Amino acid sequence: MNNPYLPYPVHIQEITNATEDKSLKTFKFVFENSGDEEKFSYKAGQFAELSVTGKGEIPIGIASSPTEKGFVTFTVNKVGLVSTHLHQMKEGDIMGIRGPLGNSYPWDVLDGKNVVIIGGGFAFTTLRSSIVYMLDPANRSKYKDIHVVYGARSPGMLLYRDELAKWEQRDDINMHITVDGTDDPDWKYNVGFVPSITEEKAPHGNSDTYAIVCGPPIMIKFTLPVLEKLGFTHDHIIMSLENRMKCGIGMCGRCNIGLELVCKDGPVFTLDQYNMTPRES
Amino acid sequence: MKVIKIDEKKWADGLENAKSAYHLFGPIKNNDFSEFKELDKGELPDMTATDTRLSPKSVVFPQSEVMFEYTTDENNKDCNLLQVPEKNYSPRAIIGIRPYDAAAFLIVKKNFDTEQYQDPYWCNSYEACTFVGLAVTNPCPLDFSTSTNTGPFDEKGLDILLVESQDCFLAKILTEKGEAFITAAGWTDVADHAAEKQIDELKKQAEALITSKVSYSNIKSASIMDLYDASFWKDAGFACINCGTCTYVCPTCWCFDIQDENCGKEGKRFKNWDSCMYPLFTLHGTGHNPRGEKIMRVRQRFMHKLKYFLDKYNDGIMCVGCARCIRSCPVNIDIRRICELMNNHDTNACDSTVK
Repeated sequence: MNNPYLPYPVHIQEITNATEDKSLKTFKFVFENSGDEEKFSYKAGQFAELSVTGKGEIPIGIASSPTEKGFVTFTVNKVGLVSTHLHQMKEGDIMGIRGPLGNSYPWDVLDGKNVVIIGGGFAFTTLRSSIVYMLDPANRSKYKDIHVVYGARSPGMLLYRDELAKWEQRDDINMHITVDGTDDPDWKYNVGFVPSITEEKAPHGNSDTYAIVCGPPIMIKFTLPVLEKLGFTHDHIIMSLENRMKCGIGMCGRCNIGLELVCKDGPVFTLDQYNMTPRES
Repeated sequence: MKVIKIDEKKWADGLENAKSAYHLFGPIKNNDFSEFKELDKGELPDMTATDTRLSPKSVVFPQSEVMFEYTTDENNKDCNLLQVPEKNYSPRAIIGIRPYDAAAFLIVKKNFDTEQYQDPYWCNSYEACTFVGLAVTNPCPLDFSTSTNTGPFDEKGLDILLVESQDCFLAKILTEKGEAFITAAGWTDVADHAAEKQIDELKKQAEALITSKVSYSNIKSASIMDLYDASFWKDAGFACINCGTCTYVCPTCWCFDIQDENCGKEGKRFKNWDSCMYPLFTLHGTGHNPRGEKIMRVRQRFMHKLKYFLDKYNDGIMCVGCARCIRSCPVNIDIRRICELMNNHDTNACDSTVK
């Protein structure tokens, strides 16, 4: 019997500061044992439990794309016991990752469709995975127009800034980067909150267009009415939820929103599905 | 169906015989309460106890269990690698488990033994276990097991059903595991045909003694959101002190926590019973808590047992009617009353919601 609680051993290959305030770091992990990378076959939108012996585990969205081989990356905010310890670890250290866990964004449904990605703050990790996945030469033709609205408090708080700049240069993806405010005179992108930039820049909703929304609760709260106004129906609005988790495999009982377990039945739900569950996330 | 007659005189010897092949667990009287414990040599289970304070779920799902061991010593080649400790999954048997408690294991199995994932700790322990049940002939007045898909003589989940008769137990062998246990115990006296009739008769008598009931026929068709938003939760949970006793004594509650504990550079990752009654259970790292108020937690417990489980598996409620939670609750919250409120909930009635 496989032990679903046993993580794959990995070593930290690289640690980079992801934001100017150093509250987020991106960790690149390489599997210690050959064959484990194949077993950890994932889709964009899934998460994993990062396991630090002596501290515990934390559920974190996978930031790398399935098209990137040889490593997996996670961008982790320093919040509690495990993440704070993780921030103090060094390149070369051994730890564990357990997964992939949860469902993913509905890639079969999105095939042949326009995709509008709307992200805020540090909830951009699995969205980054999705963008890299869709832009891969083997996949780009599967999707029609791709729009990305991504905002953070300030330019230095945007994740993956180098990649954002590169995507800006491409003509097969429409980037709408924004910040809440900046005193940088050279800032050449948008200034404004994500909901208002969405209203200005995002395409209208139709049966061929899906929106994926991921961000802090306040951003979600004000973005959903904008999407409705743009004509997105609730089954075309896709969200990724978070709740406290332990097991990640639907057994420990804490992450449910009504009948649904965020760890196993989610974390990805359509707004339609979410509206049918108690708001317990 | 084979029925074996176990004379009072052969009971103790049979159990001693069985101990050479099984770890035996049974109810042991401890001050005012009986609890399931591993039986020492020569120790006999208390087959007269109406019920134990805690259910026997810990025989398969210990309150605290080591999942992994590790070292954080950098000089050790296995530094930071989790190792599964050696586990003892040799045969074990629970003697005197009540039929509703055995039925509870089948409910919990739905959580730990799924198509996608199997919890190896629970599944291996469960597989290793033989369930030697004891029919309830003198039910507690609170027992409502006949309305929760089980009952005083329910056989599902059991390998043997023992029925107390004059100076003997009649042992109905229900599975191959049960047959193997009887063989190991060396009980060989096959009962005559009248035994099965006698068991049926006792069963009818016991069932008739159970007058406490719950009904959940309307809960299935009610919407989750209507029940969730019902106005009765505030009153129903007002007295709750969130002590979690109900979840600990419950044979069907399965929630658990995972924690690392260190001693110097050595450590263990544990699986511990947890409870939806505690605010930490759902507290996010950000400080946000989706079930931050006690009423929300009370609602979660009953919605899980009486609605979510019912909807998810379409196989009854997540309750076997043992009434332990009713007996143990320090503020007299009664699951039968909550079930009644949920079942009679009129969605058209004027309602206010628990925010």
